[in-house]
Amino acid sequence: MRHHLVLRVVAKLLIPLIMLFALYVQFHGDYGPGGGFQAGVIFGAAFILYALIFGLDNAQKVVPSGYLMALVSAGLLLYAGVGFAAMFKGGNFLDYGVLAGDFIAGQHLGILLVELGVGITVCAVMIVIFFAFAGRGNGDEEDDDIATSPDLSPDSSPNSAREV
Amino acid sequence: MIAAHLPALQIAVPLIAAPICLLLRRENLSWAWATFISWVVFALAWVMLEKTLTGGAFNYELGGWEAPYGIEYRVDALNAFILLIVAAIGAVVMPYARASVAREIPEHKRGLFYTAYLLCLTGLLGITITGDAFNVFVFLEISSLSSYALIALGRDPKALTAAFQYLIMGTIGATFILIGIGLMYQMTGTLNMADLAKRLPAVEDTRPVLAAFAFFIVGVCLKLALFPLHLWLPNAYAYAPSVVTAFLAATATKVSIYVLYRFVFTIFGQSFSFDVIPLESILLVLSLAGIFAASIVAIFQTNVKRLLAYSSVAQIGYIMLGVALVSVAGLTASILHIFNHAIMKGALFLCMGAVYYQIGSVKIEDMNGIGKKMPFTMFAFVIAGLGLIGVPLTVGFISKWYLITAVLEKGWWPVAVLILLSSLLAVIYIWRVVEAAYFKAGDSDDVVVKEAPVSMLIPIYVLTGASVYFGIETSLPLGTAAEAAKQLMGIGG
Repeated sequence: MRHHLVLRVVAKLLIPLIMLFALYVQFHGDYGPGGGFQAGVIFGAAFILYALIFGLDNAQKVVPSGYLMALVSAGLLLYAGVGFAAMFKGGNFLDYGVLAGDFIAGQHLGILLVELGVGITVCAVMIVIFFAFAGRGNGDEEDDDIATSPDLSPDSSPNSAREV
Repeated sequence: MIAAHLPALQIAVPLIAAPICLLLRRENLSWAWATFISWVVFALAWVMLEKTLTGGAFNYELGGWEAPYGIEYRVDALNAFILLIVAAIGAVVMPYARASVAREIPEHKRGLFYTAYLLCLTGLLGITITGDAFNVFVFLEISSLSSYALIALGRDPKALTAAFQYLIMGTIGATFILIGIGLMYQMTGTLNMADLAKRLPAVEDTRPVLAAFAFFIVGVCLKLALFPLHLWLPNAYAYAPSVVTAFLAATATKVSIYVLYRFVFTIFGQSFSFDVIPLESILLVLSLAGIFAASIVAIFQTNVKRLLAYSSVAQIGYIMLGVALVSVAGLTASILHIFNHAIMKGALFLCMGAVYYQIGSVKIEDMNGIGKKMPFTMFAFVIAGLGLIGVPLTVGFISKWYLITAVLEKGWWPVAVLILLSSLLAVIYIWRVVEAAYFKAGDSDDVVVKEAPVSMLIPIYVLTGASVYFGIETSLPLGTAAEAAKQLMGIGG
């Protein structure tokens, strides 16, 4: 990855901005276009861009897959947790109105937390899917031996190539 | 507090349990957690059925939003009964799963397996409980996506192809259902089922509503595997892990049949579905063709799981035949057979799971002489198989009895004769397995094949016992089915 100087510099400049924009889409979702799903996809795209430019191994050092699976669950837990919290506060499942002092504040808080849950899960799932596709043939899966079979690699002995 | 929130808990408990299951990261913990949740879900479903049978239908407004605007869960005798079937099968299958999954699924995927199972359970229960047409589609996708993953986990590489085939067919079905719901929404401006039922009659002569009905029926018949839209089913059932086959065969198609009941009878209404559109003649022909074609194909199968899968297609034919009668008696027989077939097919597939656990195959030729080596498993297979044929004192007899009574009530005696003839086909395919198991000598005595572990035998015998118990003491399924049928036909309730 030494030679893609322009790409590396541009990516380093863009990645923080992409993340910032994702957070804007996330938290402005109450008032304008946007919301958890879109924000999650954009936030995930920042990591995917990093993986494309700097390689899968570096990207997996940034977000180890153990954390990713925890994040996938955490988002859904936050969503369902808000539902249960509303139930314990005396409302129906997912009735945000009872979450805070007055109805409007409760609705705001509820939708913010639920959309945050959606955002976290979507972002983590996007990265998991990318890693799963990009990592195929790296020996992660024990039953994927076709892609890693040494005979198919181009620099195996030149004699065998001539025989074919 | 819990009593008021029962409908929400029914869905929210397995939903929140799924990510927790993923976080547990220990195979045994995941299994214990999934089993515990299955039992909780079963208890909730049981309490709700009791509540509907004594106090009538009740609703739950999600998020506190009023019915036509927000999503509403509505529980009546029919869907409480289907919820109980799904939850009960889940509760019986999970204790069995531990040994079977340990043998069939690679270690690092077992935690994910239980997570996918919980999501599938959530989806199936959600489809059944919701009173919102679009919500049906959402839960349908949850259950379908997780079941594609579950089927693909099968040990045979063909499981991947089977899951992909199911994915394509299932997605076409789901898309058709969505198009149907979209057209209904376009014409009425509502997605709530009760509200749709009120508003549809005003626009029922319009072309979009006719198109909506056509798309919806084709889509849902694909999901419930009505002949000739059943092509995804045999491979999916044959190559999925044993636990998955038993769970899905007993629940997934049944839930789709429930969706058909709900839309045809409650939403579109009987007069539109059967007077404006001749749905009953279409269903009658297809279900009879399905019963015979699938039973005959089943006779020639060499893989017993595939044989039972074709038999499922035939049994769906009986269930749909009950719908085609458009009478309280016919619907009662239909709903009753959903319950009875879930028990019998669940038991049969669990037996095959035990056989696969011990000999690593479910081919008929590999099962020679297995009756002596695994006496308890094969005895259960014979009892549940007798039920499939329709022998008295089993649940299968009760279903056929009520179906034939309902057919004769209409005066369609040739159909009654055909039903009896088709039972003979079931005798042949069950006999082929019994013959191999008991009357052919096992070729290799040096291979020691033992009886399946007790953790697998107990669930098998719970279902087999139920198939005899409910064949004698029919008040619970019959009473509920009759009540549900009356409500669907708009009589009483």
